[in-house]
Formats: sequence, structure tokens, C-alpha cells
Amino acid sequence: MSRPGKITRLLIQSLFKKPATVNYPAKRSGMPEGFRGKLKFNPQMCIGCKMCMRDCPSGAIEIRKIGEKQFEAEVNLAKCIYCGQCVDSCLKHALEITAEFELAKLDPAQLKVILNVVNKDSLEE
Amino acid sequence: MHDVHDFEDVKIPIGPQHPALKEPESFLISLRGEKITASSVRLGYNHRGIEKACEERTYTQGLYLIERICGICSHSHSTCFVQAVEEIAGIEITARAKYLRTLIGELERIHSHLLWLGVAGHEIGFDTLLMYTWRDREVVMDLLATLTGNRVNYGINTVGGVRRDISHKQKEEVLKAIDILEERTKYYIDLAKGETTLIKRLQGVGVLSHEDAEKLDAVGPTARASGIERDVRKDDPYAAYGELDFKVISVNSCDVYGRTLVRLGELMESFSLVRQVIRKIPDGSILVKSARKVPAGEAVSRYEAPRGEDLHYVRANGTEKPDRVKVRAPTLANIQSVSKMLEDRYLADMPIVIAAIDPCFSCTDRLVAVRDTKNKGSNTVVWETIRLQGIEWYKNKGIDFTSLNEKLTKLS
Repeated sequence: MSRPGKITRLLIQSLFKKPATVNYPAKRSGMPEGFRGKLKFNPQMCIGCKMCMRDCPSGAIEIRKIGEKQFEAEVNLAKCIYCGQCVDSCLKHALEITAEFELAKLDPAQLKVILNVVNKDSLEE
Repeated sequence: MHDVHDFEDVKIPIGPQHPALKEPESFLISLRGEKITASSVRLGYNHRGIEKACEERTYTQGLYLIERICGICSHSHSTCFVQAVEEIAGIEITARAKYLRTLIGELERIHSHLLWLGVAGHEIGFDTLLMYTWRDREVVMDLLATLTGNRVNYGINTVGGVRRDISHKQKEEVLKAIDILEERTKYYIDLAKGETTLIKRLQGVGVLSHEDAEKLDAVGPTARASGIERDVRKDDPYAAYGELDFKVISVNSCDVYGRTLVRLGELMESFSLVRQVIRKIPDGSILVKSARKVPAGEAVSRYEAPRGEDLHYVRANGTEKPDRVKVRAPTLANIQSVSKMLEDRYLADMPIVIAAIDPCFSCTDRLVAVRDTKNKGSNTVVWETIRLQGIEWYKNKGIDFTSLNEKLTKLS
């Protein structure tokens, strides 16, 4: 049986319900476990094989030697597509993904992040 | 009073920049009064050179690029491509990986069809439907984010299997979400069958007869609404579809209302498929290790995307990079039928008729054919010549990118 205004009942019901949206900057629902966000680098585990650089689809990661058996990773957050392929390609599990997703910056220079535990300041970036 | 027959046909260009169209495509409509007498479509405004870019990337890198052809059926394109690569390399993926690909594929179909229902509602001025369907779509989007790590570009496929396993807890989450979505979809089916305004607006609009659909090679829900039972999942089963039980939904009404019912029916089938996958999924590994180099060979792969049959062709030359990749998105198969659907119909029906094939014009743009009017016939031009020609063309127009290029090289 068809009639016009069949959705009206749902509309009236919705008037007495909480909004479906989240008041975002004030309230955060958080990202699910395993969300592919910003990378985390463990320099102790890195052996400098550069497999991550070879597999990165967008050329966002660069592994540099900074000393004897010491490496640092530079990630361009603007180039990164957050696919997590580098994490899969890493043979020594030196790379991890975190759920951090609010990475926008006003200054493009700040989008280049050096990930290295030795340098605490740049890790906080 | 004037009679409409006193006037000549009026030609109206719609697009490529038009407030009613979401993507750049152009239609040329001939109007007599309110009625469309002829129409033609032109694509090619959003050519991204993806196929060429794939030739310069390894198979693993290319997979992520292929995934970004479409923002809605991203899993369709990536599965289609990876299936072709696996066929060439002779890799047989594990049963668990097949089931997981099917699971993500069906969840993607659910989110795509709910999205379409909202868009269709919006095009006919039923924005209430848009708001509610998109609210419910968030349930499946959150589910996909939980299972794969992202809402849109899932990145679940890799050559030789899938990248993420499903845990027992996640299985329960899937079933819970499917219950909610099924209840909501039942309501929308009830609404589609019982809301007079919706039925009156969609019935008899955008008619594509069974014969025309066959002749114009329509695919997906567009074909199935014209009574053609064509579904790659049934005709040429891939992944785990051969072991699952489902119906191909088709109706004979041949109009936009039929396309709505087909999509709603497919949603119900998808819920049943997801439940079957969760119940039947075998244990085992999810990944088969494979070599980086793929032996020389070629393969064509088919996949039933939410919009219809998706087709990928891959040719390998024995290196880490493909020799040629060809993508035929479902919209290219359906776009020809739009002119037929618009024939002798009112101008006001145009937005919903175009929206009813669920078009993805940017995904469709694969090739730009430039006709050389001076020298008849065809000639081959190398990549570098085109690049230099492009730079020269812009320079002649007073646009010089040399300084910008230098800046970019410094930045990167």
C-alpha cells in the first residue's frame, strides 16, 4: 500500500533522538585499533636495508645512515598515502603505524618529519 | 500562443563545469520545448594517466595506485588487478585470503549501494532519504576502518593474498553491524515500495529496454534492471563466490525505479553473503610468498564492482614492472546507454537518469584521442615528445612553469 509522506514517522522519531554526528574538535570518537596513521620508527631495529624505500608507492620515506649501525627515517607526511606498505616490507619490524591522523600543518616545511628516538624533539613533531 | 513545433531545436551544453554534475563531463542536449530530442556525451576532462604511471611502478606500488582509480569501488579495482597479476605469476592464493577478499568486496558493495540510494534521493529532491542513508552508511564505513585500517582505500590486497586477518572479535562486530544494516535496509525497501512520491518520480523514467541494454552492452545494476541476468560473480566466479549461495537480482521494469529495487535487493543479498563468509571462513594462512619479478605473460581479469563489470588487462615482461595495464571501469560500458535513456524525455529527468547508472566519470577516463586534422591517419609519438610539446604549448599561452619546477625540486 503506497501513500505519500511515509518517512514522516521516522522524522518525528528522530526529533527526540541524539544527533547522529559527533561535535568533532570538541569531542573525539577516536580511531579504531589498527588504523593506518602516522608512522613510528624504532632505530635500534633498523638495519638499513631500505626495503621500505623500494616499496613505498609515493616515495615518502627515506632511510639515512647517521652513524655506525645507526639510521634515521625521514617521512614526508604530505607525500605519504598511509598505506602501511613499508611496515609490511620491513624485515626487522622497525616501522609501526599509529592511529595518529591529525597531521595537517600550515607550513609545508614542517611536513617533513625525521623519526628517530635519539632525537627526542623531532619525534614529538 | 506559440506552439513548441514553431521553434527550432535548442542546443544546450551542460558541463564540464556545472553545478548539478559532481564530476567534469559534458553533455550536449538538443531540446524542443521541454523534451530532449538528442544528446551526446563527452568524456576526457579528468584524464590522470594512471595506466602510464603503472608502467613506471612495481606491482606492489602499482596496486596502491590502481586502488586510487575510484574512491568508492577501490577494492574492486585492486582485486581485479591483483587477480590478473596472480594469474600471470601462477600464484594460487589460500582459501582464507579468498574469503577475506569476498568479505571486503561485499562490505564495499553495501557502502556503495547505500551511497547511491542517498545520491538518488538527493537528485529527485528527497534529501531526507540522503541524510538517513548516509547516516546508516557510517556503520559499514566504521566496520571497514576496523577491518582494514582505512575507511576508503582499504589497502587489504597484496600480490599473493591479503594483508590483514580477521579476529574472532571482529567477526562478531561484523555480524552485529550487519544486523543493524539489514534492519535499516528492510525499512528502505518498505519505503521504496510504499512512498508514492518516490514511485511516481522514478517509474517510467530513463527507460532502457531489454534489447537496447543488450545492444549497448550495459553492465551491473543498469543491465539487471532491464531483465538481463548478468553478474560476473555468478557467470565467472572469482574469489570465494563459487562456494557461496546467492541470487542474481533482476527486474523487468527497465526504468530508474527498477534500478533502485535491484540495488536494494542486492543489499539484502550482500548481507546474506557476509554472514555466509563469516560462517564458512576456513582457517589457514592469508598470504602466499611471491617473487618480486613476475614472469612474462598476459591476463584479463573480471570483477563485479558495485557499478558493474570491471575489467583489467595486465601484460608482464618478466621484470618488476608491468609492460601494460589497461583498465575498463564499469561506467564506460554504461555511459552509451544514457543517450538512449534520455531520448524523448524531459530535461528535468536528466540528473536522475545520469545518476541512475551510478557514474564514475573520473574512473572512466583512460584515453585521450587527439585527431590530427592536417595529416590524416595515425602516428606514434614517444612520451618525452608529448611532455616537451605540453611545456611549449603552455609557454605559448604565457604560462611558464620553469621557475615553479625549480622550486618543487628544491622542496622535495
